[in-house]
Amino acid sequence: MSQVLLEATGVTKTFDGVRALRGVSFELRAGEVHALVGENGAGKSTLIRIITGAETADTGTLSIAGRGVERIDPATARSLGIAAIYQHPVLFPGLTVAENIALPLEGAAVLRRIDWKAWRARAKQLLDQIGAAIDPDRLVDSLSMPERQLVEIAKAIGANGRILIMDEPTASLTAREIDTLLRVIARLRDGGAGIIYISHKLEEIFAIADRITVLRDGESVATRQRADIDAAGLVRLMVGRDLAQVFPKRTIPVGDVALQLRAVANGRRGVKPITLEVRRGEILGIGGLVGSGRTELAETIFGLTPCDAGDILVDGTPVTISSPVDAMRARIAYVPEDRQRHGVIGEMPVAANTTLNNLAAVSTGGVIDPSAERRAARAHVDRLRIRTPSVDVAVGTLSGGNQQKVALARWLSIDPRVLILDEPTQGIDIGAKAEIHEIMERLAERGVAIIMISSELPELLAMADRVAVMRRGALAGILSREEATPHAVMELALGDAA
Amino acid sequence: MRREWSVALAIVALAAVLAVAAPSFFSAENLRDLFLVNLPVLVAATGATLVIISGEIDISVGSAFAVCGITAGVAAKAGLPAAAAGLAACAAGAALGALNGALVAYARIPSIVVTLATMVALRDGLRWATQGAWVENLPPRFQWLGLSQASFPIAAGIAAALLVLATAWSLRNLSAGRAVYATGSSAEAARLASIDTARVKLSVFMLAGALTGLAALLNSVRFNQIPTNTGLGLEMKVIAAVVVGGAAITGGRGTVAGTVLGVVLLGAIGPALTFLGVSAQWERAVQGGIILAAVTFDAARSHAVAPLPPAVARSV
Repeated sequence: MSQVLLEATGVTKTFDGVRALRGVSFELRAGEVHALVGENGAGKSTLIRIITGAETADTGTLSIAGRGVERIDPATARSLGIAAIYQHPVLFPGLTVAENIALPLEGAAVLRRIDWKAWRARAKQLLDQIGAAIDPDRLVDSLSMPERQLVEIAKAIGANGRILIMDEPTASLTAREIDTLLRVIARLRDGGAGIIYISHKLEEIFAIADRITVLRDGESVATRQRADIDAAGLVRLMVGRDLAQVFPKRTIPVGDVALQLRAVANGRRGVKPITLEVRRGEILGIGGLVGSGRTELAETIFGLTPCDAGDILVDGTPVTISSPVDAMRARIAYVPEDRQRHGVIGEMPVAANTTLNNLAAVSTGGVIDPSAERRAARAHVDRLRIRTPSVDVAVGTLSGGNQQKVALARWLSIDPRVLILDEPTQGIDIGAKAEIHEIMERLAERGVAIIMISSELPELLAMADRVAVMRRGALAGILSREEATPHAVMELALGDAA
Repeated sequence: MRREWSVALAIVALAAVLAVAAPSFFSAENLRDLFLVNLPVLVAATGATLVIISGEIDISVGSAFAVCGITAGVAAKAGLPAAAAGLAACAAGAALGALNGALVAYARIPSIVVTLATMVALRDGLRWATQGAWVENLPPRFQWLGLSQASFPIAAGIAAALLVLATAWSLRNLSAGRAVYATGSSAEAARLASIDTARVKLSVFMLAGALTGLAALLNSVRFNQIPTNTGLGLEMKVIAAVVVGGAAITGGRGTVAGTVLGVVLLGAIGPALTFLGVSAQWERAVQGGIILAAVTFDAARSHAVAPLPPAVARSV
């Protein structure tokens, strides 16, 4: 058997009390493509970040080419021949291809003269080696996404990369470009490199991988030879979790249709025509992989990037939503995914954050009444159990869960008919998560129609009355509560390959 | 409020030193001169505070100031009453502000680039239009706005105080003021909160432009003529005062009170040095030192307080 390039044993990693990895073992041999699969949040990225030195493992051992490595930082990772290629290439757009390939390989000496001629020749040779016909003098800015990916690969090999990590490298590529990339990968493998290949696309995995390791909830649950497993078996391994521990939502009678989408599309954001409806009191879950167009759909409904086709109806009446102002007028609320950047304004006090969307409620003729504002804010703090020393502290100082509640409070102030929540409990602790679920149920009971985007299957299955699954910008299917098993959702999310 | 207090403290300390070492600094005549010289800076800086809180910057203030001043002078010479000449100056300022604002808000060009371009274009355009000739022999009823030399500072002082108080109050108590802070803190979050951030930006540039016009008027009534190079370097004085007053150059934070204190400290420091027997050549160096101290204070504070955003750790 060929040489073991990399071996990780019993790796654990905890972030803020959340265990991202709990004893992962993984092995990569020379001349193999080893695929790493798992749901969003299974721990793939964390493992990669530990191997490349971006994070340090809490416990566990890592050995490279048989030698134990105490600590990896990005510089040692590079000197050990580890190179990572991400979904979005990390290149300098203002420099040429040759410069991009040369710069990381140049030594640390500041005053050493750079032999550009030699570097250009080397860049050319590296690009030839992977079969990429790219002029080394072109600016990276002018390259297409797949071309940039090829430059990244050339850069990695140039750095004597023996261990190549590819994290969703085909996410932005077309079918033909994917073929080219897979051929390059096969060529690198035959040259003796070890490749860790991460992808959600099972067809690619089965096309290129020699072995497949499945991560689930931070554990490595299985490693199989490609020949020993089929797609269905792989999906079973990926989702096979104990669902008994999550509590399903209370049964709430649903009312009339609150929001209806008729073939709503957004070409610019890659949202294909989507038809669905949400009723009052209903929680519609939206599942799908990261990048499947879920957030884009939400931003289309909310008017951040207005739809370019189809009709949106609120309470049966067609509405034109070309900006968030229109959405708010239709009483549609949107709590975005990235609360640090978009959900709350960290520098502003809790009170100002909660009233920002409906200042009219606490002011007369445009003049804010400070005591009314504080009263309104305190009411939100009490009702949503926001843990804050006072309503005057900056929101940025609160914990993630409490920031999310402030973001929710802001939108509840407009008394929404339709509430869109994008990853409402991402990165917040279990207690606050349960509280936010409880708030959602109370809102549904009051007749609010809720759309909940979530990458977490247990959350989706426990909270949603129906689950709409998106795949590549289109609606892959809508599952009733009874139909929505982890397997069914993953099957729709992954497509025909599963 | 912490920054405002430390600037106020610096002013008190400076006053204390002057009271002991050079009491003549506090002569009525000197204070009056100081007030009249810095009044236009204060008015323009009040407008710049709005722009900077909204997350933008306007470095064309000095050039716009010159255009507005010349406009007022030409209008006065054409026989318009002083009030109408003043309105013309404010309107010219608002129009220039609208140009900057529209380019920033709707064409989405960074404000530093837009206002750098207008700064140069306006200054050279003015030189070309006037052939470098000063507006001279202003009518007497334009001077001191027709007031006596003694009553003008009192009237102007009251007007400036009202302006400053009204701006400060509006920023704090009007939803429009809240929108300016929200836009500067995070334009994206503000947009999601259905604030029309483009309109906010256009408005602050227009308001600041109108105030620049008013500043130009208050400056030109002091003299018999208006040179075309008036207001050269005003933008730096204005931005420095706003920054020393505690506004974040990245937006979202700042108060009019802080700007007032910034204008007072930076305006007083030069003459104070002269009175203390230090060469006037040191004025700019000391002003630079004050700005650096203020900005360093900010950087130190934000490094000490700001925790690593948890999103960074969780993004994996």
